[in-house]
Amino acid sequence: MSLTDEEMTSDALVAMRGITIQFPGVKALDDVDLTLRGGEIHALMGENGAGKSTLIKALTGEYAVDAGSIAVAGEQRVFHGTADAQQAGVSTVYQEVNLCANLSVGENVMLGHEVRRAGRIDWRATHRAAVGHLQNLGLRLDTRTALGSHSIAVQQLVAISRAMVTEAKVLVLDEPTSSLDRGEVQQLFAVMRDLRSRGVAVLFVTHFLDQVFEISDRCTVLRNGRLVGDYPIDELSPGRLVSLMLGRELEDLAALSGASDRPVDRSGTPVVRMKGAGRKGLIEPADVDVYPGEVVGIAGLLGSGRTELARVLAGAEHADSGQIEVAGKAVRLNTPRHGIDHGIAYSPEDRRAEGILGDLTVAENIVLGIQARRGWRKVRRSEQDALVSEYIAALGIRPANPHVLIRNLSGGNQQKVLLARWLATAPALLILDEPTRGIDVGAKADIQSKVAELSEQGLSVVFISSELEEVLRLSQRIVVMREHRKIGELASSETDVDGLIDFIAHEGREGAA
Amino acid sequence: MTSTQTVLTGELRAVTRPHRFMARHASWIPVFAAVGILVAMVVGAQLYFGKFLTPRLVSSILLDNSYLLILAVGMTFVILTGGIDLSVGAVMSFTGMMGASLLRQGLPSSVVAPTMLATGALIGLGVGVLVQYFDVQPFIASLAGMFLARGLGFVVSLNSIKVTDRPILWLQGTRLQAGSGWYITPTGIIALLVVLVGAGLLAYTRFGRTVYAVGGNEQSARLMGLPVARTKLLAYVVSGTCAGLAGVIFTAYTGAAYPLNGIGTELDTIAAVVIGGTLLTGGSGFVVGSMIGVFVYGMIKTIINFLGVDQSWTRITIGALLLLFVVVQRLIVARSARRR
Amino acid sequence: MNAVMKHRLFWPVVVLLALILVNTLSRPSFVSITVQDGRLYGSLIDILRNSAPLMLVALGMTLVIATRGIDLSVGAVMAVSGAVALQIIQDSGDAANPSVLAVAIGAGLLAGLACGLWNGFLIAVLGIQPIIATLVLMLAGRGIALLITRGFITTINSDPYKFMAQGYVVGLPFAFYVSLAAIAIVAVIERRTALGVLTEAVGINPEASRLAGVRARGIIWGAYAASGLLAGFAGLLYSSNIMAADANAAGLYIELDAILAVVLGGTSLAGGTFSLAGTVVGVFTIQTLKSTITFLGVPPAVTPVFMAAVVVLVVLIQSSRFRRWVGRLGGRLSVRSAQPVERTEVAS
Repeated sequence: MSLTDEEMTSDALVAMRGITIQFPGVKALDDVDLTLRGGEIHALMGENGAGKSTLIKALTGEYAVDAGSIAVAGEQRVFHGTADAQQAGVSTVYQEVNLCANLSVGENVMLGHEVRRAGRIDWRATHRAAVGHLQNLGLRLDTRTALGSHSIAVQQLVAISRAMVTEAKVLVLDEPTSSLDRGEVQQLFAVMRDLRSRGVAVLFVTHFLDQVFEISDRCTVLRNGRLVGDYPIDELSPGRLVSLMLGRELEDLAALSGASDRPVDRSGTPVVRMKGAGRKGLIEPADVDVYPGEVVGIAGLLGSGRTELARVLAGAEHADSGQIEVAGKAVRLNTPRHGIDHGIAYSPEDRRAEGILGDLTVAENIVLGIQARRGWRKVRRSEQDALVSEYIAALGIRPANPHVLIRNLSGGNQQKVLLARWLATAPALLILDEPTRGIDVGAKADIQSKVAELSEQGLSVVFISSELEEVLRLSQRIVVMREHRKIGELASSETDVDGLIDFIAHEGREGAA
Repeated sequence: MTSTQTVLTGELRAVTRPHRFMARHASWIPVFAAVGILVAMVVGAQLYFGKFLTPRLVSSILLDNSYLLILAVGMTFVILTGGIDLSVGAVMSFTGMMGASLLRQGLPSSVVAPTMLATGALIGLGVGVLVQYFDVQPFIASLAGMFLARGLGFVVSLNSIKVTDRPILWLQGTRLQAGSGWYITPTGIIALLVVLVGAGLLAYTRFGRTVYAVGGNEQSARLMGLPVARTKLLAYVVSGTCAGLAGVIFTAYTGAAYPLNGIGTELDTIAAVVIGGTLLTGGSGFVVGSMIGVFVYGMIKTIINFLGVDQSWTRITIGALLLLFVVVQRLIVARSARRR
Repeated sequence: MNAVMKHRLFWPVVVLLALILVNTLSRPSFVSITVQDGRLYGSLIDILRNSAPLMLVALGMTLVIATRGIDLSVGAVMAVSGAVALQIIQDSGDAANPSVLAVAIGAGLLAGLACGLWNGFLIAVLGIQPIIATLVLMLAGRGIALLITRGFITTINSDPYKFMAQGYVVGLPFAFYVSLAAIAIVAVIERRTALGVLTEAVGINPEASRLAGVRARGIIWGAYAASGLLAGFAGLLYSSNIMAADANAAGLYIELDAILAVVLGGTSLAGGTFSLAGTVVGVFTIQTLKSTITFLGVPPAVTPVFMAAVVVLVVLIQSSRFRRWVGRLGGRLSVRSAQPVERTEVAS
């Protein structure tokens, strides 16, 4: 990466001015500016639907703009595709790593830029070059292994290496941290700082406020497709940033803080009790019980086994050891169906891949849970209508039209539909795996307050989230997971975020060290 | 940067040598399995029949299946991109009919053979355009190609056309002897050359690597700035061209062209490619594997001939073998998914 | 008017009507129906009669495609069921005996069902791609049929058996009643119960459906079983029509016609929401087209060229890019060409 003096000193590496993009019936972006300078990490913030991804896609050439101009390194550009943008030095690493898992690490770095001799690819030289590029980012990998055999974090870093091969002056990172654990995030940040020191402009899109404050220099905030402003990060506080994103001060969340102090009666029979249940290769045998009206949080890093624990509890994975009791009786829990039959509802982690049915309507998605339970016997039209309108109102699903396809809803509203699907089955235990991931703050508050309200009314909930504040706020008890093992349980009234982090990081580790 | 290094070198722990070999060459395992099946079949037949494996027999397997080998190479390209080409059998038959008809009209084979190849390429291009530019499913687009070629074959003639052209017949009639019964015909040499060229294209050119990338994840390939459209188009053109060449070879092989030739050949081709270890989902497989798959197919036919039982067993055996391979592939994929 | 045009059946019906119109204009006799011995005759009646096997197969194919699958083996299954039934009749030596016929028909249907269950097992339990799993039976099925008929074309002489494909009831061909019954039964099972929407759910997202408690495995298995059973019945009709079990010719290319009928009817090959009415329209369209081609004096062997033209035409009309392209030719120059699917997603 060598940049000329002029590029280094020129104020803006990327200048997007007056960008307007019109979709059928809606202005996705309306007169938005974005300025990226060399050697800065620039955060792009906004709620879901604020226009972040549309703006990125305009910058990376996926969408053509209806109005406005894009200048890269002082030169006006019109991109007709991602290849154009890459040519101009703008590279993007997407959330769901867009590389080819079937090819080797080295190929993924070098694809399209292989070293050729006499018309044929010189593999030895190509892999050598790939090793070099990876080492520039501090990665030492066997470049001949398949990319798919590496973790998401490594794949993400490989994607960044690839961007560097194309001599990117501008690197767009779209939600790169959402599937990384804490350590991996730190690796990524180290790489980002390194790139910054080499004069690259990094555009960083994320939902995590603390990460924005940790690493960015500047921050552009969008709301409803319009520019709110461009701020140096030092001039912002988290509260101010949230209010800029939302356009209103958020009080709903604070009101919930009392939920975790609510006493729970643990004298009776637990709704569900896991006794040494586990599954080889997924999760070690663990004991977990959930009492009526209790919210049990599961905390731990991504990949710690928290999702696997939930899936075993829900029957989505078949436990091969121990047993699970529902209302005091041992039950067979081999399929999600068994779980549902015993009143255990499980809302999965990956909303899009495992939750919603995109081509069905909101109403059909809500009714699916009870419909599946009843088998062939159709839910009557009148019953369906009543149920659907009840939940749309109760959860504030927007648009409040039961007949739109669910894939046209925002993430937060899709999540609410899933919540409705499970509540409609009147479960005894509701397992929510990352119900607030990737959704806007307003919807997040709605979902949190609904969970608190339901548990107060006697519903038992298992709540999983990467955001420890959220887990602490909602649950009375927290099960902590690490390396596919339950390492302990905490009462939330006796700890705080720091205490929880400390527990996740250190509990039970001294012995091993 | 040091912290990054210390954490990530953990990935390098791939300790033992075989482990590292496996990590690097996992995609070759299905090919090895196909070789294993081939060897097992040969050994089994040898034990059962006594004197089964002779140079003559091995030579004849290449002779009898060179058209299939050429089709399989083209099909491998298409399947690697995640597509499928159902038109190959019909295109082979149609180009054969067209070629035979042109030869009968007195055109020299030096003009006719390239025309046949070009016709195949053109139909392949048409299928590719439908797939790439009009988002038609490969299955349906190549089906249209198949219908078209099948019908056009009948337009040329409803009856068989005999070929008397010397150069064309020379391709099949010449047996280059290598002593003790080994021989090879020009058709066999052409087929092996096609394998060589195909393998080279896939392993050593950007086009070839893009074929794998597209099959692995088309969306990613696009976002990586690779020429996805051109590559997919070219894959179908390669397959069409191979079908045209197979038309030449098959005409030479039978000494005549008949519009009903090659019915079901597309299925045999797909079966051979899959048995050779190419994943139908795309992105994984090798031309050399497809060659092994064709040999397995030829060996089954030969053994069934030897047994003297009904030829309908060939299809049943191929079906069973296809099933076996698909199940094994499925298990491998499932296991590696679980390990992750 | 706009609502009518937006209806998913609008274009399929327009295509069918246009085809009938073209036929009528070129030969007015096309729509004429004559009565003879209390039976109706005419081109349209022939279409109703001859479309029966395709109708059965296409109905099954619709269900399979809705689950995101495909069944390539239907033609081979037809060959197997016909072979089983006729071989039983021939071996019994008493081709008119009702109980023999009942056993033969039952065995033929069971053979079809067994084939369907086998496909379903490979796909729903072992998780093999549908195109490959059914390719296995497509390859092996005709071989099995040949083994059953011992390598010959089994022919029989049995008037009751012949009745299935060639008989008349109340003026109309019996085969047409078979079609009607199959349509009615499938429609009632899919749409009067929740099976239809559960099938669509599985087709849209199998894993999400499983986690929502839908018995995805059973539904997929059931779809292939139904397809096998229906193809089995189609095989009986076919053999009854020619009074022979021809392992090589029975149901040749019918899988392609069936898939085409489903697609013509507006059901996406990507699975999910399906339309039985659309499939019915699609089947009649294909049968009318075939009758048109025959009428035009085109040798039957050249029919595929026309089928190719139809396939291309239909898929092009369904292709959004083609429509945009035509729109652009029509003068409404659109500068941008980003994918509309992604756009609506973001727009929400």
